[in-house]
Amino acid sequence: MTGSRAQTDAATKKPARSRRLPDWLAGNLLLLPTSVWFLVLLVIPTLLIVAYSLGHRGVIQPIRFTWGSLVWSNYKTALNPDFLPIFTRSIVYALVSTIACVLLGFPLAYWIARFSGRLRNLYLVLVIIPFLTSYLIRTYGWLVILQRNGVLNSLLGHVGLGNQHLFLNTHFAVILGLTYGFLPFMILPLYASIERMDKSLVEASYDLGHGKTSTFFRVILPSALPGLIAGVLLVFIPAVGDYVTPALLGGVKTQMIGTTIYDQFGSGNNWPLGSAMSMLLMLLILAGVFVYLSRVGEDAL
Amino acid sequence: MSTKSALRPRYLKVHAVIVFAFLFAPIVGLIVFSFNKARSGTHWTGFTTHWYGDLLHDEPALHAFRNTLKVAVSATILATIIGTLAAFALTRFTFRGRAAYSTLIFVSLVMPEIVMAISLTAFYHRVAHVNLSIWTVIAAHVMFCIAFVVVVVKARLAQFDNRLVEAAADLGATPVQAFTRIVLPLAAPGIFAGAMLAFVISLDDFLITSFTSGPGSTTLPLYIFGQLRFGVSPSINALSTIVLATGLLVLAIAGLYSVRAGRRGSGAIDATALG
Repeated sequence: MTGSRAQTDAATKKPARSRRLPDWLAGNLLLLPTSVWFLVLLVIPTLLIVAYSLGHRGVIQPIRFTWGSLVWSNYKTALNPDFLPIFTRSIVYALVSTIACVLLGFPLAYWIARFSGRLRNLYLVLVIIPFLTSYLIRTYGWLVILQRNGVLNSLLGHVGLGNQHLFLNTHFAVILGLTYGFLPFMILPLYASIERMDKSLVEASYDLGHGKTSTFFRVILPSALPGLIAGVLLVFIPAVGDYVTPALLGGVKTQMIGTTIYDQFGSGNNWPLGSAMSMLLMLLILAGVFVYLSRVGEDAL
Repeated sequence: MSTKSALRPRYLKVHAVIVFAFLFAPIVGLIVFSFNKARSGTHWTGFTTHWYGDLLHDEPALHAFRNTLKVAVSATILATIIGTLAAFALTRFTFRGRAAYSTLIFVSLVMPEIVMAISLTAFYHRVAHVNLSIWTVIAAHVMFCIAFVVVVVKARLAQFDNRLVEAAADLGATPVQAFTRIVLPLAAPGIFAGAMLAFVISLDDFLITSFTSGPGSTTLPLYIFGQLRFGVSPSINALSTIVLATGLLVLAIAGLYSVRAGRRGSGAIDATALG
């Protein structure tokens, strides 16, 4: 009985089936252009950098790349006292900027999600505009403000605080630029998860006698956690490897990994060293993502 | 009622005003000073559109602007087609190796731009042995835009009811017909949002372009960065304002489209999908 039923099913479905490609074939065909692009311009170039990072610096560098014996010397150089502080500095800058983004972004995201009323979409657009406008140009805008004869100095001059302050090439300028550059990456995911939060939970918490602090840590923060995790990753990852901000607003004393790698492939002319630094940066990011996610719980993403 | 006032602290609003001021200070500053008569510094000496007029005769800047548009338009079209096919494959079919593709897309999203930039230049120089040109820039832009298109389109495709496709197949539609008549129209807002995102990302890119472009294929971000060696100037302010305006125009078109699409009940460009 069931056998004959299955047979008729198979018979009626057959014409439709024969016109359909099997899933694996259809899927791989549709993904073929993506595979080609990623293989040629992402996988092979990355493997090339791995090879470079283990290679020798050629005599006429970097044009003569000798495959020679694999060496770890580039990694040792990248972590020697000349360059290690650059790694540490990049991590500290990125961490401080991430914290600043949380402190600036959380209350704003919370306000937009909960209290902004009918103009909510307008405020969201006001966050999305900087998010989608040129990072280079927005950072350049800070140059206009922070330079010696810039807006900030003339404002300070007007209120009698002196107009010759040096803001550029300082820790402050770079951290400000990084915070500014990636702040929308914190606000948008935070907004998305706070908006999804059940508002009556907050009311219930108050009704049950919990204070503001207790309600924040027990109700609001857990609901916002997925957004917070996404935000932290979306700020920290681009910030730690950034080039534009330290290049425009910083100087020699505020060099970051990004600017150092750039130099090794430019004026420094040491591709193997630059490649080793790139690999260390990638490892740092992957390790950071891994440790962070294992600490705060993978299910939150 | 007392809880309500506790929930509506006034400082949140003050904080919001401060953060918005922070977000827009450099953008507004740049635009304002692009209309300033003074050649340097930030003393307001009068309104002028002189610097914009100058740009019309600035051949290197115009060339860079044309290059930027060529790259952004080509990269957007290619990345949107490739990325949409990939998103469709990843949501619609189950097969081995799907996880590998998802990993690749994730890697291309978290890989620092500087690492991508140097690996591409090493590849172009040492393996492909091609001369750097506008084509090497476009190929690189397509590569980093694909992942953004895939993520946005996938988010859109995940929302729609797969039974519609099955129904179409039951009613005798070929897979191609089902795709063009059912999937494409329903996914259109997502595809459009993905294309817009690819466009603005390509338009703004500095680092990867600077490592993959050759003589004659300078784009506007590269040109602006190069000019900064000579310090802040009103003509860079004007040029930057034009780039900002181009991006905003695209955003406005996308916004209008999503509002119309939203009215038709087929969803809007989702800020969360972009984030």
